[in-house]
Amino acid sequence: MTLLLRGLRWMRWYMRELTGESAYERYVAHVRKDHPTASVPSRRDFERMRTERQEADPRQGFRCC
Amino acid sequence: MRTAAPRNRTSPRTIIIWTLAALVGAAGWTVLALSRGEEVSAAWMVAAALGSYAIAYRFYAKFIAYRVLKVDKARATPAERLDNGIDFHPTDRRVLLGHHFAAIAGAGPLVGPVLAAQMGYLPGTIWIIVGVIFAGAVQDMVVLFFSTRRDGRSLGQMAREEIGPFGGAAALLAAFAIMIILLGVLALVVVNALAQSPWGTFSIAMTIPIALLMGFYLRVIRPGRVVEVSLIGVALLLFAIVAGRWVAESSLADTFTLEPSTLVMWMVAYGFVASVLPVWMLLAPRDYLSTFMKIGTIGLLALGVVIALPTLKMDAVTDFASRGDGPVFAGSLFPFVFITIACGALSGFHALISSGTTPKMIQKETQVRMIGYGSMLMESSVAVMALIAASIIDPGLYFAMNAPAGVIGDSVQSASQAVANFGYSISPEELAAAAKNVEEATLLSRTGGAPTLAVGVSEIFSQVTGGGLRAFWYHFAIMFEALFILTALDAGTRVGRFMLQDMLGNIYKPFRDVSWKPGLVLTSAAVVGLWGYFLWVGVHEPLGGINQLFPIFGIANQLLAAVALAVCTTLLIKSGRVKWAWITGIPLAWDATVTLTASWQKVFSSDPRVGFFQQRANYQEGIEAGKVLPPAKNMDDMHTIVTNSTVDGVLSAVLAVLIVVVIVDAARICIRHLRNPEASRLSEAPYVESKLIAPAGLIPTQEEKAELAAAGRDREVTQAS
Repeated sequence: MTLLLRGLRWMRWYMRELTGESAYERYVAHVRKDHPTASVPSRRDFERMRTERQEADPRQGFRCC
Repeated sequence: MRTAAPRNRTSPRTIIIWTLAALVGAAGWTVLALSRGEEVSAAWMVAAALGSYAIAYRFYAKFIAYRVLKVDKARATPAERLDNGIDFHPTDRRVLLGHHFAAIAGAGPLVGPVLAAQMGYLPGTIWIIVGVIFAGAVQDMVVLFFSTRRDGRSLGQMAREEIGPFGGAAALLAAFAIMIILLGVLALVVVNALAQSPWGTFSIAMTIPIALLMGFYLRVIRPGRVVEVSLIGVALLLFAIVAGRWVAESSLADTFTLEPSTLVMWMVAYGFVASVLPVWMLLAPRDYLSTFMKIGTIGLLALGVVIALPTLKMDAVTDFASRGDGPVFAGSLFPFVFITIACGALSGFHALISSGTTPKMIQKETQVRMIGYGSMLMESSVAVMALIAASIIDPGLYFAMNAPAGVIGDSVQSASQAVANFGYSISPEELAAAAKNVEEATLLSRTGGAPTLAVGVSEIFSQVTGGGLRAFWYHFAIMFEALFILTALDAGTRVGRFMLQDMLGNIYKPFRDVSWKPGLVLTSAAVVGLWGYFLWVGVHEPLGGINQLFPIFGIANQLLAAVALAVCTTLLIKSGRVKWAWITGIPLAWDATVTLTASWQKVFSSDPRVGFFQQRANYQEGIEAGKVLPPAKNMDDMHTIVTNSTVDGVLSAVLAVLIVVVIVDAARICIRHLRNPEASRLSEAPYVESKLIAPAGLIPTQEEKAELAAAGRDREVTQAS
């Protein structure tokens, strides 16, 4: 049972990391740690900023043939 | 400070395991090589592949990582030094493996091996496995390593900095041309798969509203909840595949039954609109969908092959290998099998990923083996599965599906006759039944590889799930390929546009501002127009689009690999590793020989099926004499062939010249360095000591476990959870 639970938790963690769902939490953690005085964007603003970055340089996240 | 190869005393258990792996591989190769005339199980191909991969990963990749590259676990990677929480951030190696694999795997390794099956399964298998071990995976790993040492510089930047502005410009121009051809050929694969197929066309069309819905959800309703929206998307997608059948059987069928030329218009319009729209609307959600589908389907296929263990029906080596007159693509085994397989064994495009996102996320230099070499082995195994899928279907059906209409005619009777002339047999009734099984109007001349792969996949899956789902699996496989090809069209158009904006920015400044709207629209239109031209040509080519264009795509991709390998070899020499320069030098020499031979034949061969200019001359003569030469049906066709052959021939020549320029320029730098090492400059990022602790491979060694435990992370799940 605990093994199953651990497996599921690992799956969830893996999926969130792989899809970039955890990007926001990571970014917040990064800002809090390295720039404690800076303000943290809301999730909505952060996700917008991320797509705008991809817009500006489409080579980010490019996939192959 | 350098990390020496871990010098554990070899335990008897290790010796036994690796001896077993070697034996499994050897058994696979032996059966594949020795059986002639009898049917061979795909299990042997799987054994040969897995055994060889295991040995290569354990010994060759380790040797390159620790002895040649001298990866240093104490040296901080750009992810650690430049961590900004967004694109530079140390990523768990297992996550990055998935990331990198999803980025490199695409339609290429699925399509190439299917087409190469024309020569039989053996040549393809050998090149996919040997090629990946000594060339493809080495390229990916070495590029990843050097880019990691240079803060994640792109291949183009490395070429400019390490070789020089001239070679760098040639490399950039080649990359742009290659991108255009890639997009044209991939779009052609989709058009050929969807033409006259209301089921397929409807399901693919539905991906657009599904993606828009997902985009809206992520932007407005619940920003960033990618997993839940992807699950919703995948469920809708599966429903769209099921609903495709209802549409195909309803009065709406005619609306979704489209001619190839109509589909071309739709694809071009889609490519333009999608690339101008904001990323969040279509591209980002499509990307999530295709990643899920890609990893899921590849996993299922691997499972299916292992459970069903189907029998290979294709010959080990067909007569086309030596005669060079195959209907799928012309030319003999050397060099064209290597050109056609392309991505599954060695892909220049991977160098763009290995020098793009991945080096900015890698935690440790020691992980380049797992990420670079390991992902490429996985990609190669996808190619092996595609080859299996193509080789388990009846060879008669294979040739009827992959020969152009000009060769086999458009009725099952004429196709059956033509297949008999190739030396295989399939009755008109069997051809009709094969199409009916997957609920398609016809399977004749469904060139491009995707439909053949889908038939093979549906065969494997229905051996597991029962034949009732065959048509569903066929359309599932078509959807799977079309989905990520369409995503690639959008993303590729954006990358092409970016390159074009950069180039035009040198002439007229505002172009360089990527958000300058007129420039954006103009350059998008230019890129879409260019690949749209090749797509149009491919569809209207009387000689058959795929067999004319696919070799150019293969040559282009392999030439890009030559650029990457030339950059790697130069860097190995410049960084004082002359004695190991052969690691990428030999693959470079082989790749350059293969591709330049192919280019040479495409330009100068006197066989009109192979040489574009001979083709042109023959049809031009025909026009002057007022004769219509088959497969042309009228004078218009004759003129089309003359124009297309000229364009294709010139393009092949230009690409080859660009690459020769890069290689010669690289050789000049290498010789200069060997004569006078002081004169050359290496733009490596300075050494900073790493504070991170992370294992090098998938499973931490005893030593690494101890390090993790000492750092207070005894159970290694994640920092995040």
